Amino acid sequence: MLKPTPAAPVDRDVFHLDEADGHGSHSSPVLLGFWIYLMSDALIFASLFATYGVLSSSFAGGPSQREIFELPLVALNTAILLVSSITYGFAMLAMDKGRVRTVQAWLAVTALLGISFVSVELYEFGKLIHEGATPQRSGFLSGFFTLVGTHGLHVSVGILWIGIMLVQVGRFGLNTINKRRLMCLSMFWHFLDVIWIGVFTFVYLLGMLR
Amino acid sequence: MSSPADTDLHAHDDGQTHGTRKSYLIGFALSAILTIIPFWLVMARPVADANVTAAIVIVFAVAQILVHTICFLHVNTTSEGGWTLLAYVFTGVLLVITIAGSLWIMYHLNTNMMPGMMDTGQASTTP
Repeated sequence: MLKPTPAAPVDRDVFHLDEADGHGSHSSPVLLGFWIYLMSDALIFASLFATYGVLSSSFAGGPSQREIFELPLVALNTAILLVSSITYGFAMLAMDKGRVRTVQAWLAVTALLGISFVSVELYEFGKLIHEGATPQRSGFLSGFFTLVGTHGLHVSVGILWIGIMLVQVGRFGLNTINKRRLMCLSMFWHFLDVIWIGVFTFVYLLGMLR
Repeated sequence: MSSPADTDLHAHDDGQTHGTRKSYLIGFALSAILTIIPFWLVMARPVADANVTAAIVIVFAVAQILVHTICFLHVNTTSEGGWTLLAYVFTGVLLVITIAGSLWIMYHLNTNMMPGMMDTGQASTTP
């Protein structure tokens, strides 16, 4: 009789539903489900954008956009996030070819760019708070810190997720589950770049034009 | 390293969730152009009129969001049987209603219900 081997390679997949394949339209319901989560996240950002829009001229005698925003810093952050989008794209292309080391390298580059983005944002926040432009100073600043801070928090969670995937890919390689997770993370990362387009346009560029 | 199920995934992989090197590079190039121009318009101010500049900047932002959606997020009529596109369009409608609706309502509240406060920029002086 066959003895059950404890370290059979399929064991890892046991906890996951086998996809009901044969429809050919998609490989897993996880991806569509994650997409719907992202759309609900977009609605959270919509309400934060609306709040900022309503409050953006309530200065309470405090500083206005023109007095506190530094566009070169925002341009730098935009460039960092845009480059991190394409480095994640390269990780996905390497994943398609099954190159574990290349995937890890591009993921690491993406994480470093994400860390740079958050660092620049924290530097900006620190500078504003140091100058007295704190979230409690005016309605405008409350809305600003909430909107931009929520985006920064999402990026931070994305960096954490990349770290977890580096460990996962290092330990288990590019198996089906890890590939699916990397696809979800891909959507998440590109989605955050889309939200940032709204932030730099609506908050910073239009703010400087007031 | 990789499990046997890998080949299975590849066998029915339609490639719609990741895209190709070409689509990523095209998306990156377009995004770079669509980012540099609005920043230049606001920082160098070649167009003197602020409203015209704002309108151009908004058009560039919408164009860039579409580029990201197609080239990076790979939303199209066939991925996931069209459900991603449907959810995306639905979210877009809700987004416009939320943002434009809030701004419209609050603007009119501000102008119609606060007599004597003609300068909306000073709304914070409310007692």
